[in-house]
Amino acid sequence: MTTGTEETTRSWWSEHAELGVAALLGAVGVLVAVDTVAEGTLTAGSDSDPIGPGVVPLVLSAALLVLAALLTLDVLRGGHGEAEAGEDVDLDTPMDLRTVGMLAGVLIATAALIPVLGWPIAGTVLFAGAAYALGSRRLEIDLAVAATVSLVTWVVFDGLLGVDLPGGPLMGMLG
Amino acid sequence: MNDSGLLDGFANALTPPHLLFAAIGVLLGTAIGVLPGIGPAMAVALLLPVTYAFEPTGAFIMFAGIYFGAMFGGSTTSILLNTPGESASVMAAVEGNPMAKQGRGAQALATAAIGHFVGGMVGVTGLVLVAPLIASVAVDIGAPDYFAIMVLAFVAVTGVLGASRVRGFAALVLGLTIGLVGLDPISGQPRMTFGVPQLADGIDVVIVAVGLFAVGEALWVAAHLRRKPQEVIPVGRPWLSRDDVRRAWKPWLRGPFIGFTFGSIPAGGAEMSTFMAYVTERRLSKNRKNFGKGAIEGLAAPESAASASSAGTLATMLTLGLPTTAIAAIMLAAFQQFGIQPGPLLFEREPSLVWTLIASLFIGLVLLLALNLPLAPMWAKLLRVPRPYLYAGILFFACVGAYAVSGSPVDLVVLLVIGAIGFLMRRFGLPVLPAIIGVILGPDAELQLRRALQIADGDVTTLVSTPLSITVYVVIALLFVIPLVLRRRRAAPEPEREDELV
Repeated sequence: MTTGTEETTRSWWSEHAELGVAALLGAVGVLVAVDTVAEGTLTAGSDSDPIGPGVVPLVLSAALLVLAALLTLDVLRGGHGEAEAGEDVDLDTPMDLRTVGMLAGVLIATAALIPVLGWPIAGTVLFAGAAYALGSRRLEIDLAVAATVSLVTWVVFDGLLGVDLPGGPLMGMLG
Repeated sequence: MNDSGLLDGFANALTPPHLLFAAIGVLLGTAIGVLPGIGPAMAVALLLPVTYAFEPTGAFIMFAGIYFGAMFGGSTTSILLNTPGESASVMAAVEGNPMAKQGRGAQALATAAIGHFVGGMVGVTGLVLVAPLIASVAVDIGAPDYFAIMVLAFVAVTGVLGASRVRGFAALVLGLTIGLVGLDPISGQPRMTFGVPQLADGIDVVIVAVGLFAVGEALWVAAHLRRKPQEVIPVGRPWLSRDDVRRAWKPWLRGPFIGFTFGSIPAGGAEMSTFMAYVTERRLSKNRKNFGKGAIEGLAAPESAASASSAGTLATMLTLGLPTTAIAAIMLAAFQQFGIQPGPLLFEREPSLVWTLIASLFIGLVLLLALNLPLAPMWAKLLRVPRPYLYAGILFFACVGAYAVSGSPVDLVVLLVIGAIGFLMRRFGLPVLPAIIGVILGPDAELQLRRALQIADGDVTTLVSTPLSITVYVVIALLFVIPLVLRRRRAAPEPEREDELV
């Protein structure tokens, strides 16, 4: 539910936030070009490989720069990309970046916890943390669900399917 | 010769382990199709690391089951919830949801289930007849032709679908650039690795796919999560009256021909197939005014077209190695992980795998029909899963999948970065499909380009030296020119398709 005042007080930059996408495309384009030149990829061709490994990156780099320019033009002319809809997506609400940030934090924490505590515990933190970030507030139930999902997944994947997931100290104690 | 191939395939597919894979595939697929926020491409991507332990035939039987099951599951959601999760099930919402609101939800589900069965059967029969033909013709095509066809796939997937071409091509080139990362396979030269050893092997397709589809989607939904639960229309066991069958049987049979055709060409996919099938039925119908208010014909045809388009997509993927949809792209990546290259030679090199896969499609369709009619009320309950658990689960399995690729926690950080890209793409209307096709097909296209030039000693004209490649480039040029001409001619802007329908 957006209110009228929010609509009108939006600054020029937030109206044209897509310019950031164009800038990103341009930056990647420059990055590819710099990488290709700096690594000497351009001259790495040979008789058996006439264009070598450098030409395709350069073409892509040029394409990125052209697209960045075209997108900038399009945005300045009032064009804008349509945000994606979905069953659970309510585009009438303003973006909830706090939830997104919390989820990103949970993912980073999981990456850090896996080597230390193993999958069963790291996975529990991941599931419960994500559920909390997404608005679930039944802590005990959340933790129970998270621990069950995580443990069952570990047993099935590590034990039955042969996917190597570290058990961590907890599983080490059990056996 | 083909007959014996298919018979052997059936003999192979009817063994208990393969039947089990087919059953797991269709059940999992239907659940995935019903659940919001998770689609078949994401599901197969999540399962990729797990299936390394399986033999390829079983894995592909399961993947194909997921594909067909998800098609049906997606329409269940559309009918009962009126918010289609996949573009392919938009048409199911147009007629199916009004039917459900009028208390004819059971009939709508039955129409969809039988439609998918009929469409799948006709489509897979088409695959049996057409695929070996395409394969035998395509055996002689060389590197220049392959390169041309891949460029066609890039342009078609990007230029025809979606509202904005600039954004489509931006997504495509971003995908192609991600595909560059790693050591160049021909020269061994590092590209875009920035001295990070973990990047030398490139970014695994699984991580890219899971990041773009699963993490990107979960983050995007999290930013706009619907706080009020939607109303699910309660429904009983599906059934049809004799009058319903009388009205639906022709659309059921017409849909597959449209679906198979549009499914097999790049840029067709299920979206175009279902749309064309719907429009055709509306043109043919005598009581056109019923359309939009729960006309069973307008549900039957798109549903059968949807499953037939899956068969068409598989035909192109298996015979040419060319993915026309996101899930076909992921399945292509899966083939490559198993060291199998889909293409014209696949039918010669792996006849057992191909024919078992095709036979199991028939079996999967029968299983789908047998399971979905009685289980429909249970599937409808899946729609009530608490959303925090659903998206926490998606993130959880995304991490399991990404971690399983190489057992490295660093991959989870890469996963998050790619997820953030997926989030931004959804926010700013950059389509995900061209990006994933770019990542998967890009390195192959470069290889074909360089191979072609290698054979021709660097002579660039080799790229347009065959009739097929010239034809393909003409088609690409037309794809660029025709929309421009149409836009010029059209003085008054025509209303958007969706507006017209809803």
